[in-house]
Amino acid sequence: MKKNLLVILVLAFALLLSACGSAAAPAEEAAPAEEMPAEEIPAEPFKVAIIMPSSITDLAFSQSMYDALVAVQEEMGGESAMEIVYSEGMFVVDDAAAAIRDYASEGYDLIIAHGSQYGSSLQEIAPDFPTTSFAWGTTLNTFKDEGINNVFAYEANSQEGGYVNGVMAASLSKSGVIGVVGPIQAGDADLYVKGFVAGAKSVNPDVEVNVNWIGSFSDVALAAEAANTHIGAGADVLTGTAQMVPGAIGVAEENGALWFGTQASQTSLAEDIVVANQVYDWTVVLDEMLANIKNGVYGGEAYTITLANGGLVMDYNSAFDLPADVKAAADAAVEGIIDGSIEIPVE
Amino acid sequence: MSEIFSASVIISILTSGIRLATPYLYAAIGETFSQRSGVLNLGVEGQMLLGAFVSFYVVFKTENLWLGLLSAIIVGALMGLAMAFVTVNLQAEQGISGIGFYLFGLGMSDLLFKMLLGTVETVKGFSVVPIPILSKIPVIGEIFFNQNVLVYVAFLLVPIAWFVLNKTTLGLNIRSVGENPEAADSVGVSVVKIRYFTIILGGILSGVAGASMSIALLNVFQQNMTSGLGFIAVALVYFGAWRAWGVLAGALLFSMVQAIQLRIQIIDSISLSPDIAVMMPYILTIIVLVASVSRVRAPSALTKPFDRGE
Repeated sequence: MKKNLLVILVLAFALLLSACGSAAAPAEEAAPAEEMPAEEIPAEPFKVAIIMPSSITDLAFSQSMYDALVAVQEEMGGESAMEIVYSEGMFVVDDAAAAIRDYASEGYDLIIAHGSQYGSSLQEIAPDFPTTSFAWGTTLNTFKDEGINNVFAYEANSQEGGYVNGVMAASLSKSGVIGVVGPIQAGDADLYVKGFVAGAKSVNPDVEVNVNWIGSFSDVALAAEAANTHIGAGADVLTGTAQMVPGAIGVAEENGALWFGTQASQTSLAEDIVVANQVYDWTVVLDEMLANIKNGVYGGEAYTITLANGGLVMDYNSAFDLPADVKAAADAAVEGIIDGSIEIPVE
Repeated sequence: MSEIFSASVIISILTSGIRLATPYLYAAIGETFSQRSGVLNLGVEGQMLLGAFVSFYVVFKTENLWLGLLSAIIVGALMGLAMAFVTVNLQAEQGISGIGFYLFGLGMSDLLFKMLLGTVETVKGFSVVPIPILSKIPVIGEIFFNQNVLVYVAFLLVPIAWFVLNKTTLGLNIRSVGENPEAADSVGVSVVKIRYFTIILGGILSGVAGASMSIALLNVFQQNMTSGLGFIAVALVYFGAWRAWGVLAGALLFSMVQAIQLRIQIIDSISLSPDIAVMMPYILTIIVLVASVSRVRAPSALTKPFDRGE
């Protein structure tokens, strides 16, 4: 009996530590140091909670939203005006649903479920908390048709930056072969790739754009091998989307192939070969959401970040010597997309 | 269609397959040892993740690859030691405690990553070392002898493991402890010592499996970067019928099909849905497993704790 007890203790300890690692710790970390001076206590801070599938430092999807939240927080005047907590690594939808309900019960004003897999959970939870705002993406479905009025939705027109990246990629490729490493063919990854292919073909209809879907958002090793496959097929320019791309970027660097990033800036991973990144800047979406909530509108609106509204930003690696004519072609593509003269077919 | 049969395509598929097989080999060979002695270690994935993180972090700080590898070995050994204590001394249910160790490694590597690095970084890892003369052999040289040192070691481990398990007294003791621990005990073989040895060895090899990803093949660390690889390694031990060569065959089959599906996706003349393509390695593995393994018996004492009954 004594032995069993010890086993249970050891296991409990292991579980506790692992739980700290994945979910509990960050929530506490998120409201750190800087104590609020007592005399300044203004109105209650606006409380935001965010649930995301990967980490706030994934150099991709989750980080893009977290960085935007922090930017908005600074705009509003720091932690006294807005409180941010987050749960990361919530790849299990059931766990995410529990976290969403917890935050709602604790009185958070806005709860962002940052992943299209969380939609059905919101649909179930949101009606129970009618004065709490929820938001999710990437999607345009706010469940308004189902009579739910406190859910916002947001989406990224990632095909736009994809197109611009594609234009540059085709201009820079000497071999005429370009490789794309994708996760699962859906959502903004699918849009990005469609835009990228269209952009590349607009410069050179004969360019070969090979697309690989590895079936995972986390398998770094397979992403790297997908990049190797592209190199083996003659590609000298690569791109990819989602949080498993660092493996692929490493392979590109080793082989001297160029890289185009999306979602967040990936320049820091390989300064010699990253040409440009499409960066998601969700602050425009957050600003509008917050304005709505202030006016008592808790949901029902869908937002899209685009090049035109500044939610999508082309970020160029200053360390990379981009030929002037290629940069001009990219700028022309951005303008064309903004003024509508370029239409990107995404079905 | 002829595209896929050209020499350069075949070479690149095989080279990919060899690289992909490397972490599986380390982890699965280690697991073979512990299972042959009667211990199912489901903590492989967690051991890999901690090994991957610690070796990455040491290399990131010191730029010393061998120190990085050594740290993965130490971390793996410590995880193995803890696992051995729980399963051998405390006689805990092996499946459950293995999952506990997996979760510990997953959470701990994640926590350390956040505390010590915070964001995705890269290091300069083990580079490709062509083996003199052998690497010049057409086709074969390029596939087998143009890899990094951890790839070579992984493949060398297979004959070594076979030799140790089948041709040495140590191997005999390991096998007898896995088949009939009471009998082994009665002739003076220490079941406890043997199992400690195999579980710690398994931990070390799992740690190196993680390091082979983070400081040799990929040169990055990301949370949960093994994404289930450790569990597939455990499956490969069953697939390989608890034999080193069988494990090698399984690891190569799985990795080669993985490499082939990546290639097939980018060949224009073959249009296969990517969803089907990514399932291929798993489907094929299940088919082969069902077709071949059913007649092979697992070590009799697998998952059974040993109690001398004193």
